[in-house]
Amino acid sequence: MIAPRSSLLAAAIGAAFASVPLAAQQVDRAHPPILPPPPALRPPVVQTATLPNGLQLAVVEMHKVPVVDVTLQLDAGTVRDAADLPGLATFTATMLQQGAGSRGALEIADETAFLGASLNTGAGYDAATAQLHVPKRRLDSALDLLADVVLRPTFPDTEIARQRDLRRAQILQQRDQPVAMANLAFSAIVFGADHPYGRPQYGTESSTAALSRDRVVQFYQANYRPNAARMLLVGDITLREAVDLVTARFGGWARGEAPVVSDVQAPAASARTIYLVDKPGAAQSVFRIGQVGVSRTTPDYFPLEVLNTILGGSFTSRLNQNLRETHGYTYGASSQFAMRHAAGPFLAAASVVTAKTDSSLIEFMRELRRIRDDSVPQAELDKAKAYIALGLPGEFETTEGAARRFSELLLYGLPLDYFSTYIPRIAAVTAADVRRVARQYLDPDHFAIVVVGDRSKIEPGLQALNEGPIVYRDMWGQAVQ
Amino acid sequence: MKRAHRRTGAHVHPVRPALLVPFLAALAAAAPVALAAQALHVPYQTFTLANGLKVVVHEDHSVPIVSVNTWYHVGSADERPGRTGFAHLFEHLMFMGSQHVPTGQFDKLLEAAGGDNNASTNEDRTNYWEDGPSNALELMLYLDSDRMGFLLPEITPPKVDLQRGVVQNERRQSYENQPYGLAQENILRRLYPADHPYHWPVIGSMVDLNAASIEDVQQFDRTYYTPNNATMVVAGDVTLREVRPLVERYFGELARGPAVTRTPPPAVSLAADVYATLEDRVQLPRVYDTWHTVKGFAPDDAGLEMLGDILADGKASRLYKRLVYELQIATQVAAFQDGGRIDGRFEIIATARPGHDLNELSQVIDEEVRTLAESGPTPREVERVKNSIEADFLGRMERVGSFGGKADRLNYYDYYVGTPDYFERDLDRYRGVSAADVQRLARDYLLRAHRVVLSVVPAGHTELAATEGASR
Repeated sequence: MIAPRSSLLAAAIGAAFASVPLAAQQVDRAHPPILPPPPALRPPVVQTATLPNGLQLAVVEMHKVPVVDVTLQLDAGTVRDAADLPGLATFTATMLQQGAGSRGALEIADETAFLGASLNTGAGYDAATAQLHVPKRRLDSALDLLADVVLRPTFPDTEIARQRDLRRAQILQQRDQPVAMANLAFSAIVFGADHPYGRPQYGTESSTAALSRDRVVQFYQANYRPNAARMLLVGDITLREAVDLVTARFGGWARGEAPVVSDVQAPAASARTIYLVDKPGAAQSVFRIGQVGVSRTTPDYFPLEVLNTILGGSFTSRLNQNLRETHGYTYGASSQFAMRHAAGPFLAAASVVTAKTDSSLIEFMRELRRIRDDSVPQAELDKAKAYIALGLPGEFETTEGAARRFSELLLYGLPLDYFSTYIPRIAAVTAADVRRVARQYLDPDHFAIVVVGDRSKIEPGLQALNEGPIVYRDMWGQAVQ
Repeated sequence: MKRAHRRTGAHVHPVRPALLVPFLAALAAAAPVALAAQALHVPYQTFTLANGLKVVVHEDHSVPIVSVNTWYHVGSADERPGRTGFAHLFEHLMFMGSQHVPTGQFDKLLEAAGGDNNASTNEDRTNYWEDGPSNALELMLYLDSDRMGFLLPEITPPKVDLQRGVVQNERRQSYENQPYGLAQENILRRLYPADHPYHWPVIGSMVDLNAASIEDVQQFDRTYYTPNNATMVVAGDVTLREVRPLVERYFGELARGPAVTRTPPPAVSLAADVYATLEDRVQLPRVYDTWHTVKGFAPDDAGLEMLGDILADGKASRLYKRLVYELQIATQVAAFQDGGRIDGRFEIIATARPGHDLNELSQVIDEEVRTLAESGPTPREVERVKNSIEADFLGRMERVGSFGGKADRLNYYDYYVGTPDYFERDLDRYRGVSAADVQRLARDYLLRAHRVVLSVVPAGHTELAATEGASR
């Protein structure tokens, strides 16, 4: 028998007896190996610069592979959609690529592919983004294209009409997607139509019909400004190169008065209610259970990360273990706090077999109550903290991975050395912290429980649970008879 | 290839192999040169244990992580009649504990060490990976060796039942409750005869999943889950010096299994076009054209992939331009070559806009295929597609682990072509394709060949389906 050992010791043994197979020795399988200390995290360093027009630059050097990942972040997200025109921000972002500079839509697509680049424009709640990923040797030409798309979009009428028609068909197709239906209904129900997080980011059939060139141009001119934008370049590039390349292309971008978005208060939550969206013939019921959560700048970020990892953020989390590994009701159950500029939703989610819809809700509610009522055992807490902290280095392996993590810092104004203190801050979270934030931010008495499924099969079971009144909604969260 | 995964939200593993790796460029004294001119390779060392387990070690010290990636050379093509979906169900059982690792501990121990894992099954193989900080290497090997060598004592009928339920929910979530989700299995059963290994989908049928027994598990484990039917890649911030003794310790004592022999099925072809219609809970009709082509890495495989890109990759592609952009009769279009170990197929998929039927779409698809077959692509189209492929390969070289990372790719090449570091030669396959090749492939494999035409239409609207003779 070999006593518990470190792999360093094993390596030493291996070196000393290189030609003697260690298999000849008895392996201790009764205990998992004791591991050497984990490697230290060396988070990549961020370098910054600001152009005279206010455009902030951030550069993360990663020279392993000759590629560069560019993220231009603009304060032009869907929170800036006019209440009468949901979908305008995402539509404007799409339209950037449908004609810019001297190129038409097809020429932009052709040139992008010819450069071996990928170029995506889109909008989330808090920002619009233009993302470019390209081999280093094509970076110059690809940045020319990016500058055209962001600074010189032409928004031709024919392309507006074309994209509007395409979007109308895509909105129609959402009716086929129970998960999309559940997400739309959940947001609308929790936040309401007066709150930007309650409105559909890709619009409705009627708002799509109302999209016009004037509205797009107006939105673009108001919100696409260098002093309300940040550019992150990650990969085989230095700060000096980046400043030169970006100044040459974006230096002439004129400042503007960026409109201020006033925060809208989320509506007070009603008593726990089951919102049933009928999907006749559905093989599964899609659950979205939750309420208004927290903003990204919450002081409780770290305890909430640990809480959510325990509850529904990893494979061994309680929701997945219970609904999938213990009961086999689902292929996967999870939870998340979607953190945004303002408080986004907390939600627990799964797609469950139709016949176990009521049983699944029992288990969901059991876990969501238990994490408030009982203190988390130390071993479970330690596992969650280790999973978050020790998994962090892997997040910085690729340019896109690093860009994702650093974009978040830029978007929410967090310090750029954030990750150098991340691990100790996770390590500091206690079981008492987890319980405190669970009780503060999870309120099962006021959950909205959205279920998209076959009403004729699932309603009687849900009724019998007495977890709240059942009301009927469509995929937009609107009442139906 | 169609894959069934252990977990939701799994990364989609692109069909196209990843390519090239100039991360060693810093060590080379040569001045920087154009990417395409570089000698690109993923250096590795390999050894094979007495029991037949082949091990490949690739060092990449850029980030302090390690990936252990194991391919078992078994997939749904090895399933027997009445047990479709079994290879994937077995994959799930590999996480249910083994003799020294109680149920649930596989995931708990890995997460507590900061690691992650997943697995997937396709027609030809089943792959497993663990990614995590480099100090977790020994734990990964401990866990993987225990389930390779000591799975059966821990697998009981209730555990089979539980994962059967999970897999059936995977089938519901990913296929039955998805619009068009049953299209592929409807195509396969028409493209391949009933006794062909690609006749059924990887996920299997509900009936067959219900039939799977503990005896099936035992037999499958003894036949296929043996060291001599697996290859393991260890990649990342590790050295051969530390990997080899650990692998020998944990895997060396496992017994070799019987040699796996397979009789290749006879070549397949369609004697005539096959038309079929499936009614589904969808808003818009969609047409799928599918042809037999060639296996992965056969001489025409890369050219067929490029043909797919020229037809439908991005807005500059021919079918997107015609169907979606100019005529505005479709919402989306896709085309791809999918070459497996036994056979390959080429598919074109297009979804109609409201008010348009599938004959309208099919007519344009056929016109575009004919034009390519008669006149070939332009030099710019060929170059554009090559540039995109080269960039895709390059981008994927950033990652060591997960699906499609370097570790997975070394196993992929080792299995399909027998050489782990096949990266540059794989790229050369695409570099060598000419416009005339693409023209010939469009002619021989599409224009002049029979196909399966599957229409998926909203329930009650079979009048929207593509019909024979309407489009040619």
